[in-house]
Amino acid sequence: MKIGPDSPQDKHDDIDLGRRHALQAGGLAIAFLWVGGTGVASAMINARRQPGDAAAALADGNPTFAPNAFIRIDTSGAVRLVMPSAEMGQSIYTGCSMLLAEELGVGLDQITVEHSPPSDELYGIPALGGQITGGSTSTRATWTVLREAGAVARTLLVSAAATKWHVDPATCTVDRGVVHHTPSGRSLGFGEVASEAAKLPMPDKVQLTDPKDFKLIGKPMRRVDAADKIKGATQFGIDVRIPGMKIATVMACPTLAGKLAAVDDKAARAVPGVVDVLRLDNAVAVVGDHFWAAKQGLQALKITWDHGVNANLTTQQLRDALADSARHGKSIVARDDGPQPQGTLVQSEYQSPMLAHATMEPLNATVFVTADKCEIWTGTQVPARAVGEAARITGLPQDKVVLHNQYLGGGFGRRLETDWVEQAVAFAKQVSYPLKVIWTREEDIRHDRVRPMYHDVISAVLDANGRPVWYGYRTSGGSVLARFAPPAMGKDGMDSDAVECVAEIPYDIPKGKVEWIRHDMPPGLVVGWWRGVGPTHNLFVFESFMDELAHHAGKDPLEYRRALLQKSPRALGVLNLAAEKIGWGSQPLPARVGRGIALGEPFGSHVCAIVEVEVTPQGEVRLRRAVVGLDCGIAVNASSIEAQVQGGLLFGLSAAMFSDITIKDGAFEQSNFNDYRNLRINEAPVIEVHRVINTESPGGLGEVGTAITAPALANAIFAATGVRLYKLPVDRHLLVQSPDALKSVVSAAVHAGRDVA
Amino acid sequence: MLSLSVNGQAYPVDVPDDMPLLWVLRDVIGLTGTKFGCGIAQCGACTVHLDGQAVRSCVLPVGSIGNRAITTIEAVGNTPSGQKIQQAWLDVDVVQCGYCQSGQIMSAAALLQRTPNPNDADIDAAMSGNICRCGTYVRIRAAIKQAATGKQEILQTLVSAPEGAKS
Repeated sequence: MKIGPDSPQDKHDDIDLGRRHALQAGGLAIAFLWVGGTGVASAMINARRQPGDAAAALADGNPTFAPNAFIRIDTSGAVRLVMPSAEMGQSIYTGCSMLLAEELGVGLDQITVEHSPPSDELYGIPALGGQITGGSTSTRATWTVLREAGAVARTLLVSAAATKWHVDPATCTVDRGVVHHTPSGRSLGFGEVASEAAKLPMPDKVQLTDPKDFKLIGKPMRRVDAADKIKGATQFGIDVRIPGMKIATVMACPTLAGKLAAVDDKAARAVPGVVDVLRLDNAVAVVGDHFWAAKQGLQALKITWDHGVNANLTTQQLRDALADSARHGKSIVARDDGPQPQGTLVQSEYQSPMLAHATMEPLNATVFVTADKCEIWTGTQVPARAVGEAARITGLPQDKVVLHNQYLGGGFGRRLETDWVEQAVAFAKQVSYPLKVIWTREEDIRHDRVRPMYHDVISAVLDANGRPVWYGYRTSGGSVLARFAPPAMGKDGMDSDAVECVAEIPYDIPKGKVEWIRHDMPPGLVVGWWRGVGPTHNLFVFESFMDELAHHAGKDPLEYRRALLQKSPRALGVLNLAAEKIGWGSQPLPARVGRGIALGEPFGSHVCAIVEVEVTPQGEVRLRRAVVGLDCGIAVNASSIEAQVQGGLLFGLSAAMFSDITIKDGAFEQSNFNDYRNLRINEAPVIEVHRVINTESPGGLGEVGTAITAPALANAIFAATGVRLYKLPVDRHLLVQSPDALKSVVSAAVHAGRDVA
Repeated sequence: MLSLSVNGQAYPVDVPDDMPLLWVLRDVIGLTGTKFGCGIAQCGACTVHLDGQAVRSCVLPVGSIGNRAITTIEAVGNTPSGQKIQQAWLDVDVVQCGYCQSGQIMSAAALLQRTPNPNDADIDAAMSGNICRCGTYVRIRAAIKQAATGKQEILQTLVSAPEGAKS
């Protein structure tokens, strides 16, 4: 046993402080760079720190050998790996396992993975200031520390074996969980040396494997969580079953910031299976023996809402106010290289809508509150923050709140929030039994914390050849960061996410001015992180505008960009790679078929997407093909990189094609997949992902595909139709070839109907 | 008291006739592999088989089932088409978050059962009722074809020579 107060003092806390600056960070990822140097920031993820007390060790199963918070080996040789990040589909459990296993010397078939318990100290991501999975940071933040953690464990296991054999550890090798001493032909399994290894002092320095000798890293590896997921055996939060548990479903006031005035629950309580009706100041829950009883009960309630300040709010009011801010509002300056030079001024305005996350698993949490304990089962990107909120609501100390994280049925930033956990705790503390609270899909969308809407004004001054010599950017929108992490706001109250991918650009444009006009939304309209956040609209605007400039100059969009990228070799590299793979310009395309380029450097990676569409005479957009050139530095898992980029692209295409959360009478108008449309398989194009091979540090991935999609789509639609889209989602009415095209469809439908009759 | 045949086993259940099969499976019988996504047959996460046909259990009143055989994700691997689909899902490494995949696999297994060699149009028709927010559609299509033909279908684009790019 090595866990306990006598654990070696950690001398390596400072290692993470240095590493934070290696992150090319913005938005959520830059958030906590500003608070660097504080105690919180220094006590985070570390290759040598262990769970600190006997209780933690017991909860952890009293592993024989646990040299850090990630690796547990018992005397049977079984290897358990504890995952610092949350698994929400991005394959981080596989990636983290590969980093640990590479250095530890085991195969992925020899390990099991576990969710980490809530702990900023053990699993905090320095760039995010805590145990947070977001900002496409997980691989960037753990790339070194987890390999080091694996190497620490291997070093101790080898030392234990070498001591037993009285040989030099340098003469030993490790392969698949076995230490070998080849000269004498002896071998010992990890389990056989685990007890001895646990007694050895922590090694100060460890040797990391030379990248050319990697056995796992860089290979396309299959996921460690796939076998259960294809059998329905994976436990998501919604699948948790606790003895004595009841199930609730809820309705909060549909009007944003509205309150519960009164509720008549007589009919609801008469529904068979309904056991309770619970109230909060803005919501009602009906508790049943099963979800169906709860839902029937909820529908039988007669609720009176106090609609409050937003009773007459509409999307148009918000859009008008936002546009006014973008044009005339007082700005915070992110970049200003001096006066606007002389030349031809070109200017456009773009609008981006509010977007819901619509994770496939509706929000849910199971909570059991007793006099001295609060136990929570939920899938969260922020376990430690959720514990803090539960402690606040119950009045219990944080160490009396136990949270069991689960596999997440999608995150996309929605599960960076804790609102549904807070609500479930507030309901559960009213009852004596464990309570599972499941939001209906309608509740999940109506009370999403949406990606903010934006209004952006972009301009450029061009020289005689149509080349930009200055660019201007005024972006207006609500701030997620200001609410999520107020201390992370920058100079003059700047929100780094608001200008990410536009304050710094790959193009050689000598001067620019980039401004953010903070425009807070009304109370109750809470904006949140949504896969890609700031870059999703900044890249849409900037890359659409680059196409406008190319068109203005009479140049090919590829050539126009190339000419501006001579100082950005990695950006030029992905542009050339994608163009080559799609065969840009190699042959003429059919009528109303077009290709659009988008290039960007979001989340520390470099990416170019080229989308090919066909626009029907009736204005329907068919996605024919997409090709991506990607430079994310060293690949950990080549297979999941492809999957993340494909999935990210489809997530972005779905939003750009269809998604728009709108407000009427202060409430979201969309509520389920019938009116919040999502891309389906018959609408999804083939997506090729081509990667630049190099040895640069890993870049972020989870949000990269999503952030680069919309401009590639809009530029493709322009190429196919000559129609420039200044607003998302795609408005098919603008793309109709002629009124006759619509008539012909109507007559064909009528004709078909007659045939059937 | 109804009796349901689920995965070859008889379950007596005391529930209202209009209760959707989804909640009987999940909350009464305790088979949680079948998922709740929308409640209105729009997303397909709740797909199960009724006598081998794919149905959306979130809108299927349990009283309407009678003695038809219900198969869920937990047992679809015991059918030849289900086994092939699950193996292809592993080989192609389809899943991401995995939440919709029970339904995807049930729809795909039913497709393969009635159309052993589906083309793209067959796949579109059978699978367009199943939403995946992670965007695994490219690999789902590849996996269905691989299950049908036994030929490796995944795109061979994972590692590219860096022509025209800095290496």
